[in-house]
Amino acid sequence: MDAVNIAELSGNIAVVGYGLAAIGPGIGVGLVVSKTIESIARQPELAGKLQVTMWLGIAFTEALALIGLATPFIFV
Amino acid sequence: MKLFSALTLFAAEEGGFHPPSIMEFYPEIVAFEGTPFAINRIMMIRLIVLAVLLVLFYFWTRSFKKAVRTGNVVPGRFQLLGEMALNFVRKSIAHDQLGEKDGERFLPLLTTIFFMVLGMNITGIIPFANIAASSVVGLPMVLAAVAYVTFIYAGMRKHGVKFFSNALFPAGVPKPFYALVTPIEFLSTFILRPVTLALRLLMNMIAGHLLLVLCFSATHFFFFQADGFFKLFGAGTLLFGFAFTVFEILVSVLQAYVFTLLTTVYIQLALADEH
Repeated sequence: MDAVNIAELSGNIAVVGYGLAAIGPGIGVGLVVSKTIESIARQPELAGKLQVTMWLGIAFTEALALIGLATPFIFV
Repeated sequence: MKLFSALTLFAAEEGGFHPPSIMEFYPEIVAFEGTPFAINRIMMIRLIVLAVLLVLFYFWTRSFKKAVRTGNVVPGRFQLLGEMALNFVRKSIAHDQLGEKDGERFLPLLTTIFFMVLGMNITGIIPFANIAASSVVGLPMVLAAVAYVTFIYAGMRKHGVKFFSNALFPAGVPKPFYALVTPIEFLSTFILRPVTLALRLLMNMIAGHLLLVLCFSATHFFFFQADGFFKLFGAGTLLFGFAFTVFEILVSVLQAYVFTLLTTVYIQLALADEH
C-alpha cells in the first residue's frame, strides 16, 4: 500500500469551513437557551417575555451560522 | 459550486446516488420563457400560495363580519383558527412589542409579513410542492426591503432627521469613541439588518430543503440500488426524512414568527425615545 495516500481525502474545504462556522453560533444558541431556562426556573411568571427575548437572541446568534452557509455561494 | 462534492465523490464509487445541489433551486422554466416574466416551478408555487392566502383571508373576514352582524359569539372551527392566528400576531407580537397605539398602526403590515412568510415557507413540506417558495432570494429580499423601509419610515415620522443621528451617534458615548462606534452602528443598523433578515429566512429554507432531499434521495438509493446489508440504512434515512419533515414545519412557523418579531423590534427601536 502506498503510505503517502493512506489518509487521502477528497472534497471541498468549504465544508470544513462551514463546520467551523457552526461552532460559535452553536455554543451561542446553547447559552441563550440555557440562560432562558434558568431565568424561567427562577421566575416562572416571566416565561412569556423571556421566551420572546430568547427567540430574538437565537435569531441574532443563528444569523452567523447562516452567513457561514451563504459564503460559499458568494465567494467560491 | 459543488457544495456536496465530497458526498458526490463518495457516492460515485457506489453507483447512482444523486445528492442534491444548488441547482435544485433553479428548476426549468415552464412558461413565458425568454420574457422577464418567465415562470418556473417555484414562481408557480408562489402564485398558488398567494391565491390560497387571498381566498383564505376572504373567507376569514367574511366569517368575522357574519359573526359581528348576527351577534354570534360562539365561533366555528374555521373562524376560531382565523381568530387565533390573527390574534397571535396582534397580541403577542404587535401589542407586546409596540404597545396598543403603535401596534395597531403597524398591524396590517406585520400581519401581511407573518402570513406571507408562513405561507411561502410551509410549501417546503407540502406534498407535490416540496420546495419552499421562499428558498429563492427574491421573496426574502422583497420582504426585508419592506421591513427596512418601514422601520426607517417609522423613525423618520417620529424623530425626523434626528432618527439618523440617534441611530448613528448613540447617547452616552465619549466623543472620541464615535470614530469607532458610528461605522459599527451604521453597518449593523442600515446594512446588516436587512441583509440578515433576508439571509436568515433564505438560508433556513435552503438548508431545510437540501436536508430533506438528501434524506429522501439517500433512502431511494439505499432501497433500490444498494445491495444486501446496506438496504437497512434506507430505513434509518427514511426515518430521518420524516423527523426532518416535522422539524421543517417547526422551522417554517418559527421563521415566520422571527421575521415578524424582528421587523417589530426594529420598528420599536426606531420609535424609541432617546435616553
